[in-house]
Amino acid sequence: MSEKHEKLIDKKGIRLDGRKADELRSLKLEVGVLPNADGSAYVEHGKNKILVGVFGPREVHPKHLMKADRMVLKCRYHMAPFSVPERKSPAPSRREVELSKVIRESLEPALFPELYPRTGIDVYVEVLQADGGTRCAAITAAALALADSGIPMRDLVVACAAGKVEDTVVLDLYDAEDKLGAADVPVAYMPNLNAVTLLQMDGQLSPEEFEKALNMAMEGCKKIYALQKEALKNKYMTTKVETKEETEE
Amino acid sequence: MPTFFEAKQLVTPGELLAEGEYQAGENTYVEAGKIFASRIGLVDLENKKVNVVALRAFYVPKPGDIVIGSVIEVGFNGWTIDIKAPYTAMLRASDVLSRPFKPQNDELSQVLDAGDLIVAKIASFDRAHDPQLTVGEPGLGKITRGQLMRVIPTKIPRVIGRKGSMISMIKTETNCQIILGLNGVILVTGKNPADEELAMKAIKKIEDESHTTGLTDRITQLLKEAKAKPEEIKQ
Amino acid sequence: MSSPITKVRQRQIAQTMETGKRMDGRTLTDYREFTIEQGVIEKAEGSARVFLGKTQILVGIKVETGEPFPDTPNEGVMTVNAELVPLASPTYETGPPDETSIELARIVDRGIRESKAIDTEKLCIEPGKKVFVVFVDIYVLNYDGNLIDAAALAAMSALMNTKMPNYEIKDGELKLKQGYTQLPMKSHPVTVTIGKIGEKLIVDAAMEEEQVIDARLTMAINEEGNICAIQKGLSGYFTPQQLIEASKLAREKADEQRKKLKW
Repeated sequence: MSEKHEKLIDKKGIRLDGRKADELRSLKLEVGVLPNADGSAYVEHGKNKILVGVFGPREVHPKHLMKADRMVLKCRYHMAPFSVPERKSPAPSRREVELSKVIRESLEPALFPELYPRTGIDVYVEVLQADGGTRCAAITAAALALADSGIPMRDLVVACAAGKVEDTVVLDLYDAEDKLGAADVPVAYMPNLNAVTLLQMDGQLSPEEFEKALNMAMEGCKKIYALQKEALKNKYMTTKVETKEETEE
Repeated sequence: MPTFFEAKQLVTPGELLAEGEYQAGENTYVEAGKIFASRIGLVDLENKKVNVVALRAFYVPKPGDIVIGSVIEVGFNGWTIDIKAPYTAMLRASDVLSRPFKPQNDELSQVLDAGDLIVAKIASFDRAHDPQLTVGEPGLGKITRGQLMRVIPTKIPRVIGRKGSMISMIKTETNCQIILGLNGVILVTGKNPADEELAMKAIKKIEDESHTTGLTDRITQLLKEAKAKPEEIKQ
Repeated sequence: MSSPITKVRQRQIAQTMETGKRMDGRTLTDYREFTIEQGVIEKAEGSARVFLGKTQILVGIKVETGEPFPDTPNEGVMTVNAELVPLASPTYETGPPDETSIELARIVDRGIRESKAIDTEKLCIEPGKKVFVVFVDIYVLNYDGNLIDAAALAAMSALMNTKMPNYEIKDGELKLKQGYTQLPMKSHPVTVTIGKIGEKLIVDAAMEEEQVIDARLTMAINEEGNICAIQKGLSGYFTPQQLIEASKLAREKADEQRKKLKW
């Protein structure tokens, strides 16, 4: 970080990739993209390309992980070897183990684990291309995949980071900003319950900057939430006509 | 005391549906006196009860339900059955043999082997125990012919239709016997494959378009047209 | 990861907290007593043992030479590893590090790294080729809750106890000389973990208390009161207001500890 680098943000407050401080990268969300999975979703968040598949609820393997009184959620965050400039070994790194844990813990508050004792759900996250903020994009997609699987949920979970580059608090850092910037604060949020389910930070922020970054990230989450709902509904809006059909009573 | 939706509106998990004097129905939950959706589906108000008819869901066993399953394991005193649910089901040997089971004489795989299909009833199921099946009633037991298909379990009532109108129409028009497993597995048995294909096509259409209007008319039309020019169905 | 306690006990703990007290007599924002012993392992370049209540953690520091990372050719390297040693709890097992120990190591690592506690530029021997590598190994010896704060405290105490070998470069070769110098430190982060139970926030959860809290939040805080690392953990959530409240509490507690530690 001691190396001189191009200014990440210019005098007018425009970032290297042309965005304003509180502007999100472009987002594309798709639901139900994997025929074999019980639920699935695909996200393109900036240059991040991430696929999530959900299986279950089903029998828990290995058996000793089973809980007599609730469903267990398992999560694997994994980066494809070709997802980053230098090939990443496919063996799980310590970073991936930690991210698998925090992603799981960001999704768990949205579920009703007591409904299906002795079962498990597997969430598999494959990062096909990474450009900063993969854990957040993965959470946004994982929530969609869970909803697509038909598992009851309290809320969708949506995630977005804020951080600090140069001296400015900015939204949704991409790779270069993440690496050269002063701080990164990934946040996951359940918008209807006003609940933060993931919060991490590295870098340095004053308490005021932290509060600003947290609020900015939550605002970002709310914008992504609108897209998330739309993606989920789109799958079922092929025929827009309303039903007045009789069902079995 | 408002509600926050229009009838049959498509909602996603977490959407606020109602507040106050309403009751939380299917696929909803209550938090701090408010009713939220817990699944993607179509919301509806029935008296004071807010229901979401789920567009995505899986089967959860209920005693008394008729299900269709496949044998995945032959054990010492029974079979393990996949019923497309979060839990695998058990069928006891004594239930099938209708007499005490003798391990030294009875070769269970000759009765039902891995891969065999059965129509069965859920005899018991609770939080602590996997579902137990029974085949000891008329119409239950091993399936020997026909074609299987799967639909989302919540769509089964639409396939049945009001007072069974939809399913009887399909049966009559296609000359097929149809067994609807409440676990979303459906067995279609006809006199020839073309009839079975047609019945399955109609059921698939119901599943895909269950949330739209005029479905009965479109299904009737599909069946009538197919009968008029049967060669198209075979493709 | 911990021996499960009965539902009755869980309810008892939760109900006591509702009254603003805890089973061991502490208030919700009291830490347990802690003691620090430095230099307990002579063969390590630095070490410290921390007792926090009945939680006991030993950190040993080894300093070796190695290559710098390509993107920081002028800086030494630090790595943190944590072992939940099987003798520390009946529920710990032998085997490769699980997600709990990896997360523990990475939280401690982040607090030290992001606060720039070690003056890594002074650990450079030959730019781009040779630097000192500081290995921080966390050994959990007895588990009674709040491993994160205890491990961070032990790691910082051990680093401040670390002596580097003196050296000179002769004909391009590294030669060790007599004597030692102190590992150069620039900052002294204090790590505070806050638990959420219902609407209440507590600090320094003991093992049994960890089984009733919904979520936890860890913050590493430097001398200036800036936040250097955050980690939310467990399957619950915080409201935004609770997060702001927790960050205030964390700074207060960090100040308090800093006074006791005289860092």
